[in-house]
Amino acid sequence: MKKLSLFELLGLVIRRDLVLAMRRRADVLTTLVFFVMVVSLFPLGVGPEPDMLRKMAPGVVWVAALLASMLSLGRLFSADYLDGTLEQMLLAPQPLSLLVLGKIVSHWMVSGLPLVLMAPVLGLQFDMSAQGLWVLMAALLLGTPILSMIGAVGAALTLGLRGGGVLVSLLVLPLCIPVLIFGAGAVEAVTSGMSIASHLSLMGAMLMLALVFTPWVTAQALRISME
Amino acid sequence: MAINWFKYSAPSTFYELAGKLAPWFAWSSAILFVIGFYIGFFVAPTDATQGEAYRIMFIHVPASILSMFIYLIMAGYAALGLVFNTRLSSMMATALAPTGALFAFLSLWTGALWGKPMWGAWWVWDARLTSELILLFLYIGFIALHSSIDDPRRADRAAALLAIVGSVNVPIIYFSVKWWNTLHQGSTIKFTGTSMHAAMQQAMWSMVVACWLYAIAVVLTRVRSIILERERGTQWVSELEETK
Repeated sequence: MKKLSLFELLGLVIRRDLVLAMRRRADVLTTLVFFVMVVSLFPLGVGPEPDMLRKMAPGVVWVAALLASMLSLGRLFSADYLDGTLEQMLLAPQPLSLLVLGKIVSHWMVSGLPLVLMAPVLGLQFDMSAQGLWVLMAALLLGTPILSMIGAVGAALTLGLRGGGVLVSLLVLPLCIPVLIFGAGAVEAVTSGMSIASHLSLMGAMLMLALVFTPWVTAQALRISME
Repeated sequence: MAINWFKYSAPSTFYELAGKLAPWFAWSSAILFVIGFYIGFFVAPTDATQGEAYRIMFIHVPASILSMFIYLIMAGYAALGLVFNTRLSSMMATALAPTGALFAFLSLWTGALWGKPMWGAWWVWDARLTSELILLFLYIGFIALHSSIDDPRRADRAAALLAIVGSVNVPIIYFSVKWWNTLHQGSTIKFTGTSMHAAMQQAMWSMVVACWLYAIAVVLTRVRSIILERERGTQWVSELEETK
């Protein structure tokens, strides 16, 4: 058997998970529809005044993205856990953190990336400026991977527990607050004419930190949950 | 002289030690509470700007201090338990969590009661208040995760990992909330560095120490119950007076 380089391995894991996700497109669409629905509910709740909606838009889109990414976390490991694939991954000679990273990346591609692409459409509903929409997309592009990575830790810790879905939100949401603050803050900064560099740099820094630590922590959590 | 540092890391020996120590901590805490309340209510003068309402700080400040310290201590014990696989450390972490959550709640509650007469609102989105609220969420997450896993070993390890991740995140959360707050509105509430009256200081310090002693007494008592529950199948538990 030929020896795989780490990047090839990463590519294989990502491709496998993407194929699996494409075989069950309904799951991917549910998250997206949920996101659209939650955002659309806000104007119904608070009233249709454009001024207020424009002000609320970044926060609403971000909170909805946060909730939508919580919703999809259950799928991250559960199918592999149930059919025994996860156990094989734990036994594999390749580093588990890398396999986990691959799973996180593909999970983000099917649950985070659609939200990023959908966000401008929702922003238009809230009458956001074009500049605001671009910043919103950029911030979501930096922020949703962090949500997936922090969420992976929670998903691994609650693997196979009863009531895991609610529990994972309880564990993960407080940890995601910095992402929410800077993500929504960036859009607000650009609409009020300030520089967005500090917000986006901080989010980039958090992304790098998460990229280094969370796959490893998730791997540890998986080992705890599977022992 | 060789001291066996690990003697009390076994649940069976620690159970006895905790049983002996807990009443001492409890009684000294009670005495200090009485002293603190007496100085706080009768000796300390009325504050020039805040009137009588400031007296709630004698419970508010210790509760806030403890809620933060206990989280760190809890995470420390949890990390010890995770790394060295010591059962007692994990039990201590589990025993600390409810007390920490209680102090976080107490801090928020007394803060609200203090805020109403001072700022005219029960709640303001100040950085301190918000991060205290998030701290309470972190405690609740720890307790919820621990109690939803049936196997105590897995529960200990999973909750430990969560506590460690949480404690790494706490500074990030604190600073992000702080910057968020200053971005939205200039910080309206500042703790001015006015020198405290001597009697106020005495009341404050005796309350802080009293709260510490209370926390230690309660945690020792709680860890005794946890030890009994976890070790119920063992010989030494069945030979105890209180289980017969």
